[in-house]
Amino acid sequence: MMKKELGLFLLLAVISAITGAINPAFLSFVNLLNMANLIGLFGVFALGEGLVIITGGIDLSLGSMFALLGVIFIDLLTTYQVPWPFALLLVLMGGLALGGIQGFLITRLKMQPFIVTLCGLLIYRGAARYYTSDSTRGFGYGDEASTLSNIASGNIAGIPNTFIFLIILAQILGVLLHRSVYGRWLYAVGKNEEAARFSGINTNLVIATAYVISGGLAGVSTVMFVFYTNSVSPSSFGNFYELYAIAAAVLGGCSLRGGEGSILGIVLGTALLQVLQNLVNILGIPNSLNFAVMGTVILIGVLADQQLQARRRRKAALAGLARTAPRPKESTILQGAAPHSAAALPTTTGDQA
Amino acid sequence: MAETLLELSGISKTYPGVKALDDVNLRVNRGEVLGLIGENGAGKSTLMRVLAGVIAPSAGVIRIGGTEHARMTVTEAMRSGIAFVHQELNLFENLDVAANVFIGREKLAGGPLKLVDNAQMHARVMPLLERLGADFMPGTLVENLSIAERQMVEIAKALSIDARVIIMDEPTSSLTISETERLLEVIADLKTHGISVIYISHRLGEIMSCADRVVVLRDGRTVGELARDELSHAAMIRLMIGRDLKALYTPPSCTPQPPGCDVAGVVTTAFPDRQINLSVLRGEILGLAGLVGAGRTSLARAVFGVDPLLGGEIRIDNAPVRVASPRDAIRQGIYLVPEDRKKSGLVLELPIRENVTLASLLDHARMWLVNGAAERRIAEDQARRLSIKAPSIDIEAVTLSGGNQQKVVLGKWLSMQPRVMFFDEPTRGIDVGAKSEIYALMRSLADQGVAIVMISSDMEEVIGVSDRVAVMHEGSVSGVIERDQFSEYNVLRLAVGQALETMEAAAP
Repeated sequence: MMKKELGLFLLLAVISAITGAINPAFLSFVNLLNMANLIGLFGVFALGEGLVIITGGIDLSLGSMFALLGVIFIDLLTTYQVPWPFALLLVLMGGLALGGIQGFLITRLKMQPFIVTLCGLLIYRGAARYYTSDSTRGFGYGDEASTLSNIASGNIAGIPNTFIFLIILAQILGVLLHRSVYGRWLYAVGKNEEAARFSGINTNLVIATAYVISGGLAGVSTVMFVFYTNSVSPSSFGNFYELYAIAAAVLGGCSLRGGEGSILGIVLGTALLQVLQNLVNILGIPNSLNFAVMGTVILIGVLADQQLQARRRRKAALAGLARTAPRPKESTILQGAAPHSAAALPTTTGDQA
Repeated sequence: MAETLLELSGISKTYPGVKALDDVNLRVNRGEVLGLIGENGAGKSTLMRVLAGVIAPSAGVIRIGGTEHARMTVTEAMRSGIAFVHQELNLFENLDVAANVFIGREKLAGGPLKLVDNAQMHARVMPLLERLGADFMPGTLVENLSIAERQMVEIAKALSIDARVIIMDEPTSSLTISETERLLEVIADLKTHGISVIYISHRLGEIMSCADRVVVLRDGRTVGELARDELSHAAMIRLMIGRDLKALYTPPSCTPQPPGCDVAGVVTTAFPDRQINLSVLRGEILGLAGLVGAGRTSLARAVFGVDPLLGGEIRIDNAPVRVASPRDAIRQGIYLVPEDRKKSGLVLELPIRENVTLASLLDHARMWLVNGAAERRIAEDQARRLSIKAPSIDIEAVTLSGGNQQKVVLGKWLSMQPRVMFFDEPTRGIDVGAKSEIYALMRSLADQGVAIVMISSDMEEVIGVSDRVAVMHEGSVSGVIERDQFSEYNVLRLAVGQALETMEAAAP
């Protein structure tokens, strides 16, 4: 369990050390704080994406959610002069609601997560562009929300607040995922939904809740991004950000088949992605190769992880076999219709018609 | 004497520790319908899989059309004219009839691209469908066909490879009466064209009406053969049973007392036109026997809230309980040990500890946080009580043997308060030692006042472990047998839908 995170951490350390050795500017205070800020910004919604991926689903709608919630948020503050705590609350509720709708469609109406959230991606983006007539929304020169702006984009002792938020949220979600009953259910549902249901777990609720949490974190991220860029252009704000989140979660050890992943892994995955982006700039690699570098590292990372896991499993299987040596494998008994113990008719799984 | 088309001699199939087939001899004549019968697990399906080339026999010879084979591959079997109409139809629903008939042998048009020649395939399938009296076209998508029609597609496929022997494994299990009659007509027609049919069925009535000869398997051996004029229900049943049953029975420590759990007029999705009435007392083990497909698992799933209840009610101690989901059932103390433990019983990748506490975790949690100490204690307790053989409770369930996996499933329920427990094939694929441990456990649960329903297709288990046996046939309970009337013969009679004989005639 912790092995994967340790490996990821070492990879991060090695890459940082090499980059720092080639260009010491990488390790400069300013650059590190800049990276911390980006890790905070991209980490928060990656946590939500991670929870969704652990259920065996996916959320493709995050980037478009940022655009829709972002233009609404700025409009509430500027056009409607809503006090910032209410605006903040409305955006968070908006995120939770969108997540709730997606969760409902996926669990109650049994639609595929990929399709539901892909349609979300298209619909929210379209709604944001229509709402603003495709014009960029930004803050005027007034201080509509200077308090919130200071909270969202300020720093404490130089450490960006976004990074601090990430750490706090990671702690909370870490407890939720790794210490709470809900977290246990999430893993169980992700690995084997049927067995979870047969154990009395309300699997629909567990899955839908993951989408709601992801939506809520998207609301938080929206506010942070809005104050990071200070304006929202509805056709490009947040484009492809869901892919960063998916990449970070996968790099951090989440399996798209569900049931695997950890909060620490997702945070480290986000950090690694941001370090890679930064490294491209700092080492003078042509910026156009940015995505290619990211893609290559993810590909190699996931491949290496799979190979290691396969090896571990082979070892475990051998150990298991040694313990139960004289026993035939379960599957062969069932296949072969053993007279006393096995099914008469080998291919049936039950006597339900 | 009729011409012998196919002969199996001395066929054995051994799996480590288990002899699935033991020196089986079987002969099929040209244009003959051979009935093949036997109890669940007698080896019928294994034998047919040998014949179809799916599995290789450990010993013996297959003689067909003058050539001898020690084993056959699927292609060889097909080339020798053996075709299999599967019990679970192996068709591609997303393709049309002609594509299914020619799957893997697609007719190709000439030209550099070697495209599939649909027109030619349709033209060749059409006469086959006409011959079978099918009223669908070669271009019909299989997903739009009924089960009976799909069977016709399988038979058309057999005809298209010029099959000489067609194996039908439980072909009528999902057919209506008129569809069954239609199939029997088709079989008669095949016969007149010199095609032989091996007809496997639990429905002895059908065997009586179509078979020219019947071979009976028991415990992987051929135990008898009946010619057409010797066929009768009684004769067939008598040959199917007769195994030595070991004494497994431990009587309950005190007489089971009503009330218990009543299933009253329950209608399941599998048999929407049948009602099930059943009652099991506290402190007794009720065996639920029946042939595969009789609706036993559907009943368990409905009572456990997995499948919707279409009618009727479930009462525990005379109080009606509502079960709309497994969660409801568990709250009422109704637990299910499912048939497929790997799919529905366990999360294989989670450790034993987490599997044992999966259903009860919230009960021991404080503010939704897992109480690690309590969890560990519960899992350790169950591991000890059930003597689960594992180096630690932290290892993944996937590494355990079948018997130990089943014990983990049991541990999950025993750590809670069971009132009614359904065991669906609790010892399938489990070694002998673990089996008797599980029987002892069921008995001790019963003695603690739990009402136990044990679904089993293993006759030895049904007769050896139960206090009473209820038998299901085609979606409803066809009879309940008291311990003093227990016999394989009686169970089997009820399972094939016949009434119980009177006491004096009961003992074979």
